Amino acid sequence: MNQPTEKFDVIVVGAGPAGNAAAYTLAKAGKKVLQLERGEYPGSKNVQGAILYADALEKIIPDFRDSAPLERHVVEQRMWLMEEQSHLGTHFRSDQYNQQPGNRYTIIRARFDKWFSDQVQQAGALVLCEMTVTELLKDESGRVIGVNVDRENGRIYADAVILADGVNSLVASRAGLREDIKPAAVALGVKEIIFMPKETIDARFNLTGQEGAVIEMFGSISEGMVGTGFLYTNKDSISVGIGCMLSDMKQQQTTPVELLEKLKRHPSVAPLIAGGETREYAAHLLPEGGYDALPKLYGEGWMLVGDSAGFLNAVHREGSNLAMTTGRLAAETLLELFAAGQPASASNLARYQARLDESFVMKDLKKYRKIPGMLDRQRQFVADYPGLLNQAAFNFFSVDGRDKEAKEKEIIASFRQRRSLLGLLGDAFRVWRATR
Amino acid sequence: MNIVVCIKQVPDSTHIRVHPVTNTIMRQGVPAVINPYDLFAIEAALQIRDTHGGKVTVITMGPPPAAVALRKALAYGCDEAVLITDKIFSGADTLATSYVLASAIATLGKEQPVDLVFTGKQTIDGDTAQVGPGIAKRLNLELLTYVSKIVAVNREAGKIQVERRAEGGVQLLETRLPALITMLEGTNEIRFGSAPDMFRAARAEIRTWDRESAGIEDLKKVGLKGSPTVVSRVFGPTPRAEKAQQIAFDPAAPQAATDALLEKVLAEIPKVGKELERHKVEAGAGANHE
Repeated sequence: MNQPTEKFDVIVVGAGPAGNAAAYTLAKAGKKVLQLERGEYPGSKNVQGAILYADALEKIIPDFRDSAPLERHVVEQRMWLMEEQSHLGTHFRSDQYNQQPGNRYTIIRARFDKWFSDQVQQAGALVLCEMTVTELLKDESGRVIGVNVDRENGRIYADAVILADGVNSLVASRAGLREDIKPAAVALGVKEIIFMPKETIDARFNLTGQEGAVIEMFGSISEGMVGTGFLYTNKDSISVGIGCMLSDMKQQQTTPVELLEKLKRHPSVAPLIAGGETREYAAHLLPEGGYDALPKLYGEGWMLVGDSAGFLNAVHREGSNLAMTTGRLAAETLLELFAAGQPASASNLARYQARLDESFVMKDLKKYRKIPGMLDRQRQFVADYPGLLNQAAFNFFSVDGRDKEAKEKEIIASFRQRRSLLGLLGDAFRVWRATR
Repeated sequence: MNIVVCIKQVPDSTHIRVHPVTNTIMRQGVPAVINPYDLFAIEAALQIRDTHGGKVTVITMGPPPAAVALRKALAYGCDEAVLITDKIFSGADTLATSYVLASAIATLGKEQPVDLVFTGKQTIDGDTAQVGPGIAKRLNLELLTYVSKIVAVNREAGKIQVERRAEGGVQLLETRLPALITMLEGTNEIRFGSAPDMFRAARAEIRTWDRESAGIEDLKKVGLKGSPTVVSRVFGPTPRAEKAQQIAFDPAAPQAATDALLEKVLAEIPKVGKELERHKVEAGAGANHE
């Protein structure tokens, strides 16, 4: 065994948005960085809707718009409450979103991740794929001093290890840094990318140039489970998907494939995707436990970032921007310590926690900490209201000779029949309290 | 042993689609991999090196992105890699390709004589199995095709013994070195490289040769100019699906179903009936002798 010992300033485990943000920030600052990815190439294991929120990436790569493969910038946001045959929705469209620089973009992760990883490598990080970290190396005091990979002579050392290995972070679980994920704290999302000519998409969604539209969907499509659907326009394809809590799927014995097929057949969705060719199908877990499911985020020589820590805002469908931001904050914490000649001890890494608390990441997660539990216990929000609202709208807009006052009474009665007056008031209070 | 392995980067056939109009392979967006047969060639070469010493040099002719395939080969444990790339090489058929590879191997041989050259049996995108034999012929190497196993290498005697899969059996063959071997899929699955190999491959400088450094003498023999092959038409196979026939089955009278089945078989394939008749006669004849 006369192999030279590999020693780095920082090892980043995982090549998703969180790992890339961390590795890029450190390498750009001149640190010796090794990024390990278990997939065949960076991004091969990554799945997202996908919307890119410019702000999070801009703080890492300010001029990303010049070279990143962006699909469309989002000018229109639709929210649909779905019933079997209808949807009741809102549109928000603003020409302000056409002003540069753009705020939100649709992306295809396969392309985007390749680009992001190229930036990481150009910044000077060594990126090795097909390297699965099996365990964290610790010294006698329990301090993390490196990792072991699933190959011969696989011990690699570093001053600090950033774990960005995703929602079911096996490394962190195995090292006892966090518990295994619970079905009630994760959603299972599935999506397809359906290709069709750009002109068809432009016509169907009233778009021109690089404009894009996104639709978020709630209601009957999730069959009473806590979940949401989405439809995003890319350049010459449409991403359509649905995600529901894993525990719900298990209980209802539903498969994600069935849910997605049903969503695609919905009369409001089917015409939008008609004639397209599905070329990509993907599924992924999403950590939706929120603030209360966060594990300890740092320790002696290690930090958790992105999905592996559970940084996801389920209410606003944000994940990758939390991933990139936490990856950046972890890297900046280390840069600060290295500059001061201080070790990555647990007491020093508390600064990571402080940075998180100051950022939108923790503030948003705290704001919505009661949402996951509320939706789990109060099924009327997903099971009853979308249907009631759709029936109300159908009733209201149908002209059938009855007077309007009678219709209004009928609508109110339908709500009170499903949810008592007290229940309705209680629900309003719950929403107010959970989002306050 | 100085061993050279020729590999090719090909589109991953599990992701391939065929253009509905031109019937050509649509390579855009399809991930590239090392031709699967070449992996068996690499592993065979590495095993010989591990036992007998020496080095394994992996080479490929292709555009600059083919360096990814070479780096991967280094991660498996190959010692050196050479990318043979030049705009003039594009559009090459198997004749032109084997000329370029043979020239490059001859150039390598000037540094140190080459004992063995390996290729895969064929590529999965071209399926011709012509490049290996083409190189052997040009370099005057002994040629062993469709080899499934390296049985023994005798360095002193300069001999190699292999198993070659042939129709109806396996041939045990011996030849003298230097030789070129085209490898079949065998039992020698490609190894899982060590962590130090992964680092070495990632950091390795890959030698890049153009027409000059590869030692190409006759520019008329490379690329499109040196490729006499003409693809006159590409077409998909026409499916010859025929409707399945059903035979009613009554559990009370199983004989009727077998009779009906036999009747159909005999009607479709008269040869079967004649064969059965012949067997009946022979069996009858045999019975008479007893």
